[in-house]
Amino acid sequence: MKKALAVILTIVIFFGWYAALAGIGPIAPIKDLIKLGLDLKGGVYVVMEAQTNETGEDLKKLMSQTQAVIEKRVNQLGLSEPVVTIEGENRIRVELPGAEDANDAIRAIGKTAQLQFVLADETLVLDGSQVKDAGITQDQEHGGYAIALKFNSEGSAAFKKATTDIINGKIRSTQEGIPDSAIMIILDGQVISSPVVHEVIPNGEAIITAGGTGGFSEEEATNLSALIRGGALPVELKEVQTSVIGPTIGLDALNMSVIAGLIGILLIFAIMLLLYRFMGLAANLALLLYILIVFWILVVMGWVLTLPGIAGIILSIGMAVDANVIIFSRVREEIVNGKTIRVAVASGYKRALSTIIDSQLTTIIAGVVLYQLGTGPVKGFAMTLMIGILASIFTAVVVTQLYLNLISESKKLATFRNFAVSVKEAR
Amino acid sequence: MFTIKRQFSFIKHRRLFYLISIGLILFGIIIGMVRGYNYGIDFTGGTMIHMDMGREVSVGELNSTLRANGIDADIVHAGDNNKEVIIKTVQSLDTDAREKVLGAIFKQYDLNEDSVLAIDQFGPSIGDMLKKNAVKAVLIASVGMLIYIIVRFEWKFGVAAITAVVHDVLMMLSFYGLFHITINNPFIAAVLTLVGYSINDTIVVFDRIRENLNLMKKNKLEELIDTSINQTLVRSLMTSVTTVVAIIPLFILGGETIRAFTLPLIVGIAAGAASSIFIASPVYYELCLLSGGPKYKGKKKKIRGRERD
Repeated sequence: MKKALAVILTIVIFFGWYAALAGIGPIAPIKDLIKLGLDLKGGVYVVMEAQTNETGEDLKKLMSQTQAVIEKRVNQLGLSEPVVTIEGENRIRVELPGAEDANDAIRAIGKTAQLQFVLADETLVLDGSQVKDAGITQDQEHGGYAIALKFNSEGSAAFKKATTDIINGKIRSTQEGIPDSAIMIILDGQVISSPVVHEVIPNGEAIITAGGTGGFSEEEATNLSALIRGGALPVELKEVQTSVIGPTIGLDALNMSVIAGLIGILLIFAIMLLLYRFMGLAANLALLLYILIVFWILVVMGWVLTLPGIAGIILSIGMAVDANVIIFSRVREEIVNGKTIRVAVASGYKRALSTIIDSQLTTIIAGVVLYQLGTGPVKGFAMTLMIGILASIFTAVVVTQLYLNLISESKKLATFRNFAVSVKEAR
Repeated sequence: MFTIKRQFSFIKHRRLFYLISIGLILFGIIIGMVRGYNYGIDFTGGTMIHMDMGREVSVGELNSTLRANGIDADIVHAGDNNKEVIIKTVQSLDTDAREKVLGAIFKQYDLNEDSVLAIDQFGPSIGDMLKKNAVKAVLIASVGMLIYIIVRFEWKFGVAAITAVVHDVLMMLSFYGLFHITINNPFIAAVLTLVGYSINDTIVVFDRIRENLNLMKKNKLEELIDTSINQTLVRSLMTSVTTVVAIIPLFILGGETIRAFTLPLIVGIAAGAASSIFIASPVYYELCLLSGGPKYKGKKKKIRGRERD
């Protein structure tokens, strides 16, 4: 039973590595599946700080509004997988993998007044900074919902003049499909709505209705009002940190760290075999599985692998060995103290378990704090470190134990030599 | 397989270890203070531009181009045949300012956007935040681990383990002060990792002391701690060795970013291995002397009988 399990596990490990390296059927090789971070494939990231005195809930609201607007802008840049996150309390981090022209990208993100109200003849009426608020309201006339706009005093005056011009028939449309009496609401160069003006609006409070029948649905109205509200980037952003990583630098870093990782792993394998013989072999098999698990978790969770992340993985491999070393030292000790190999393996495991759990859990505490408080690269590092520790507890405790039990129960293999104990030591 | 035969009395020589540790820490930190620590641009605020110039250019010439644009920078060569340059300035150049400078360089050396390999820019406010966050992270992590150890062990182990952690962090600061190595964000991350790593090492020794306290009640505490350290010595060394072995290739082959991570880790792991042997247990011993014996002593008779088989 145990034997069959061990054989199956060994096959799974080698098969898993084969699939990871060469790909199998519909599953691509793992190197194509892992999402690489900016530092490995090149790109741009910029951290911007909101220039505001708001605090608490108001600040939170302000930041998530800003985030939503920036996300829209970034998506229009046509880059794959941009990431916009709020960092700390008042900063926004925008990551643009593969962005070629850093400066253009950064400028597009940081632009504040992107929302414009434009007449059908392309005269600018007002911009987003003059919009005080936009919200949804019931559409009394058509049913359904409408958008209520409020302008500030400057905006109100401009809007009054524009609507007067329209009603007086002074505007001739230069845009195809836009009637003379329309006002185009343009966000980032895109017309998001072009309501028609029916009367002069003197007080800076306008209602946009869907016209026709039924009005806007609640969702349409909410989206449109959010766009109008948000288009006016609620706050000025200052660029506090930028990083541009050229694609060649990223690729070099990736290749180097993969080679370095391989050398490190081979060295560890050699050391384990040399010092712990058959126990080392069991540990090496477990380590192979461990590496697979860590990479597959990255793939399945869709987490991004960064350079510090690779460092975290390599460090955690070193620490994964630790769990094995604790067990093996213990098993050796038990053998030297005169127990049979079988008993020594069982009691060695039992005694080592609490040590492993206590020592790894304390490291996880540090990892969690690092993940919570860290930004960017530090987060990536903490994440792989934590995945690594959990996977290492599993492989050391479950997998290595299976192999060791098997070896210790086999008459041929359960010799002092194979457990790295000299006959003299064992008395 | 190697074993260490001779029992070394760590407790007896503990004052010597304290002296060496404190000496090393003070030496490095004082030198660091006097000369000033070497903070990276992520702490001071500033800009780094890494460019491929296509040929080896004169630093002086490039510098005068930069100065003409109002930028005071350090320039070093990098890459194969020194064709690359790394320009560092403590001025935080925003997008417009960078474009202006790059434009001037492009014009003078007949280059374009493609020759920019990497840019890093940090506003001055970022550094303070990083430092504050780092200190906060170390404190929170320490308190978290302290609580865990108090729950699983007892307070004396907890205090001793945290002392060892503080020792390791100070040792790293001393090393960086002594050799004037740049302190940057990756350094902070390494310090935080180390906080977790070093305590891992210490816990293994303490776990053994805890176990032996139940097994060998009749022994003197000093002897018991020495035995525990000796029993776990091979393992402590092995772990540090395997971890360092895994990192060294990365340190040698990795670029500047990765080196900023791996160097402090290597230093820290060495300090962590030393502190778990020479600092943590002796401090625990002192605490026991002060408060009159460990909590576990003389308890749990049953376990003793069972464990002896």
